[in-house]
Amino acid sequence: MHPLARYLLTRLGIGVVLAFGITLVTFTLANLVPGDPVQAALGEQASANPAIVQQFREDMGLDKPLPVQYVTYLGNLLQGDFGVSVQTRTPVALELQRAFPATAELATAAILLSILVGIGLGLMAALRRGKTVDHVIRLVSLLGISAPTFWLALVAYYVVFYQLRLLPGSGRLSPGAVPPPNVTGFYTIDSVLAGQWATFGDALSHLILPGTVLALSTIGLLTRFARSSVLDVLSLDYVRAARAKGLPSSAVTLRYVLRGALVPIITVLGIAFGSLLSGAVLTEKVFAWHGIGEYAYNGATRLDLPAVMGVGLVVGITYILINLAVDVLYGFLDPRVRRA
Amino acid sequence: MTAVENTRSRPRRFALPKALRSPLGVIGASIIAVWVVAAVLAPWIAPADPLAQSFPRLQEPGGTNILGTDAVGRDILSRVIHGARISLPLALLVVVSSMILGTVLGAIAGYFGKVLDEVIMRVADLVFAFPTIILALVIAAALGPSLTNAFIAMLVVSWPGYARVARSLVMVARQNEYVVAGRLLGASALTSLWRDVLPNVISPVLVLATLNVGAAILELSGLSFLGLGAVPPLADWGAMVSDGVHQFSSWWIALFPGLAILTVVVAFNLVGDSLRDSLDPTMAKAVNGGKR
Repeated sequence: MHPLARYLLTRLGIGVVLAFGITLVTFTLANLVPGDPVQAALGEQASANPAIVQQFREDMGLDKPLPVQYVTYLGNLLQGDFGVSVQTRTPVALELQRAFPATAELATAAILLSILVGIGLGLMAALRRGKTVDHVIRLVSLLGISAPTFWLALVAYYVVFYQLRLLPGSGRLSPGAVPPPNVTGFYTIDSVLAGQWATFGDALSHLILPGTVLALSTIGLLTRFARSSVLDVLSLDYVRAARAKGLPSSAVTLRYVLRGALVPIITVLGIAFGSLLSGAVLTEKVFAWHGIGEYAYNGATRLDLPAVMGVGLVVGITYILINLAVDVLYGFLDPRVRRA
Repeated sequence: MTAVENTRSRPRRFALPKALRSPLGVIGASIIAVWVVAAVLAPWIAPADPLAQSFPRLQEPGGTNILGTDAVGRDILSRVIHGARISLPLALLVVVSSMILGTVLGAIAGYFGKVLDEVIMRVADLVFAFPTIILALVIAAALGPSLTNAFIAMLVVSWPGYARVARSLVMVARQNEYVVAGRLLGASALTSLWRDVLPNVISPVLVLATLNVGAAILELSGLSFLGLGAVPPLADWGAMVSDGVHQFSSWWIALFPGLAILTVVVAFNLVGDSLRDSLDPTMAKAVNGGKR
């Protein structure tokens, strides 16, 4: 078999196994709950009646052994049944389906911003190693990884929206604005597809503040990594050779250094995305961004277990898919990986 | 200076004093020291009872209450100072416990290999398959909101980083001739692991632990922010920032506890970074492999 094909198949296999693992984790946790799920589902009055409880347990398959329950649970998940939210009495799958595109749009904007800024800053710091620029960038990235995202969100909301009124602070569109026809679920892309430029501007301006806040911690992470990755490449023979043969330094930087440094940077993109998803859970509430983060916040504060488990599943699976994509990209870009 | 010191091949069990010679490390250590003192002396230096609702509500900073009061009339300065008594010990407890658990499991996996290795490391992979705070959120939500459960959730998500590092270091260390010789001389597997192999693992794992304290504080305060850690009315930094979400026009409610988190995390990251820089490059690489 072609080494690249084998590498991709192995990665895919690991991804599938991990996805099953994630369902096992949420299933186990859902069964760990100290409170009685039957009582939670039926309410105070109905659970006082043993006949109703018995009937409910049989209906829901709760009288069967755990492995059987797990298979049932998996079957339900595959049919898109994530349970019913205790709080809103709506199917969790439906609410997640509604919320997911919002978070996906926010996270995509944030990751693009952080890749651009993070790699740029890292490159600048490495090229001016030990100079003032390097120290300033180091300080900024240190603050980026050390500041609690949920607090940054509040500070940004207060300063930029509440005091300065520079940017809209909550929601995906201005109140009263009609969302563009749904194609991708991304308001920015959908509005362009529909040719609604005013909506596009509105959606974009709503995206800036939460997107920037979310990107800040990832920028810190990527800057640090990009800096050390560029430094590694700068000392390699092929870069010195390029300089020696008299290429202009901008060409050396872009075509030789950056290209060589990008490959290891790709490996941290998965981790960066993970921190973005975590950040989304902690910041969406502040910006009234109706995504899975806000859903998770509401679920957690109200102890709505099916909702929280649903978010855990969706984020876990998304994270696996992203890491899979990163691995694939890496496999294409770096031939050494395939042989290992 | 560094080059001269590196040529001496003494065992690096005590990397701390050297790392603290870097100016940034000193700054970090001083900030930590200030917070530790504040935490220990909190009952004496805090101007008011952190739980007493004894002042006018939503006072701006600068009056009788230096940092203002919150929505129920509690003194924010006192709450921030007392908050150090929750965040610091809990984060350290999380880091130390997960370091011990992860190192033991990783060392067992690396030393004995085979089935044990497979089982332990596959479980570790599973934990790595989640973004940290999401898994912690799911666990803490299932167990119910309390500091103990937040600790358990953090322990579950934190040990695999140490296990990976310890495992890879042990796998290298056990190839050493003196380890093999020890076994041939009749040392049992456990004795050999404890006496000959583990000393190779300790200093990188300690550095990793220092690097992770900041992240642990951030994640714990994140859980409290979500209402899954400290239960009201406890003075916890994350929970205090969360109070500010509903009172955002009173900026001081969220600003100061957030600054407290920021300074502590920056300080631990400074110390952790200078400790890592004092390790030799191969070990520093191993340490980086265990970071989240």
